[in-house]
Amino acid sequence: MLKTEPPLDVVVVGAGVVGAACAYYAARAGLAVTVVDRGPVAGGTTGAGEGNLLVSDKEPGPELDLALLSLRLWRELADDLGAAMEYEPKGGVVVSSTPAGQEALRAFAAQQAAVGVVAEEIPAERLQELEPHLSPRMAGGFHYPQDAQVQPALAAAHLLREARRLGAKLITGETVRAVRRRPDGAVLGVETDRRRLDAPAVVNAAGTWGGELAGLAGVHLPVLPRRGFVLVTEPLPRIIRHKVYAADYVADVASGSAGLQTSAVIEGTPGGPVLIGASRERVGFDRTLSQEALHRLAAQAAELFPVLADVTVMRVYRGFRPYLPDHLPAIGADPRVPGLYHACGHEGAGIGLAPATGLLIAEQLTGKQPELDLVPFRADRFPAA
Amino acid sequence: MRRTPAELVGAEPGPAHHIDFDGRPVPALPGQSIAAALWADGVLAWRTTRVGGRPRGVFCGIGACFDCLATVNGRPNQRTCLLPAEPGTTVTTQEGHGRADLAI
Repeated sequence: MLKTEPPLDVVVVGAGVVGAACAYYAARAGLAVTVVDRGPVAGGTTGAGEGNLLVSDKEPGPELDLALLSLRLWRELADDLGAAMEYEPKGGVVVSSTPAGQEALRAFAAQQAAVGVVAEEIPAERLQELEPHLSPRMAGGFHYPQDAQVQPALAAAHLLREARRLGAKLITGETVRAVRRRPDGAVLGVETDRRRLDAPAVVNAAGTWGGELAGLAGVHLPVLPRRGFVLVTEPLPRIIRHKVYAADYVADVASGSAGLQTSAVIEGTPGGPVLIGASRERVGFDRTLSQEALHRLAAQAAELFPVLADVTVMRVYRGFRPYLPDHLPAIGADPRVPGLYHACGHEGAGIGLAPATGLLIAEQLTGKQPELDLVPFRADRFPAA
Repeated sequence: MRRTPAELVGAEPGPAHHIDFDGRPVPALPGQSIAAALWADGVLAWRTTRVGGRPRGVFCGIGACFDCLATVNGRPNQRTCLLPAEPGTTVTTQEGHGRADLAI
């Protein structure tokens, strides 16, 4: 017999940063929330992220709108939780190695400026003022002061702690086996391997596994894993001040290719180690170390910051970004199943986009008009295979 | 009665040599790790933490925890539990991250 629990307003499936943000904003809106995850808090993609809160890499459109809202919310959250989450409004620096690359950055920044992204062009001779260890061989760059960073596992944990303080409940180590529905299709709650959770709303914050959860609710959502590796160096003094990445990164993010792509994204951390990303490849859930990916990441990092060539890499981790074919997340009510909400498919931007996602879901759950148009994020935009 | 790991396994190591620890000679046996040589000489700490400046030496002893770091032959952040105490090895107590030279 499964245990039954008192009825809830909403069950959030997934205790990553997106599920945590959904639980936090829903609890703050007065809803009775339970979060359930088959693993621990931040056990999936959140725990494998770098904590990017970026506007610099996004072209004008729905994702950038989401990112701008989210960065505002991160700043609010940081008032109380900033130190605990290692929130750092450090800014981003995008660098190009060729004049043509710098020209492309200039055009990109001009488009972004129209929607409120602040970007300042930095000529080659001034780059060392921002990043003293940067290679002198760069053609130029752009400084994005709005870009920021958090430690993602800490961010998820502290958002969940706040949600629990507001009455939410957290269940880890239990797998959702079924999404229960009424004969007319509306959601009744979920069944885990241990208990039944009754609620008229279920939020799919299962990240890279969001497609499977959607399947349990009877709908198609093609979330695919996109593998990435991160190199972790020995602890160092603060030798890298901003989030620094090569201009090619933007093109890699937007690409739909399944093959290996790497472009250096480098940042220091309050703990001391420098994190070196970012690789992308679609190889399913294969956890094998790719020597080729690690080699390219290390080489590209040393090209940007020659000082890193003599620094030891202590360890490597990998994760799977939840990727949807058009690179936009699925956010909001699913028109196919009353009571089913999606908050997944954020690819490599999930940490940054989490608070906006949580707020918009909470607004929908409480019958408010969401402050962003959710049509571009509708989960039924993908034709069934 | 004091018993050593070498006695317990019936080891018959070759003659001892010396490594240099903060400017003084410390005996070492062939095949011994730097950490083992320091321990055998009564040295328990050869690094200070980055934030609190607290003493650190061996914790796991098998290369996993990165607690036993020291500057070895001029290279900081070396795991002394994995590195052999070869003749002529120079070990220096490491202050914090050991990379103060890179600070900007």
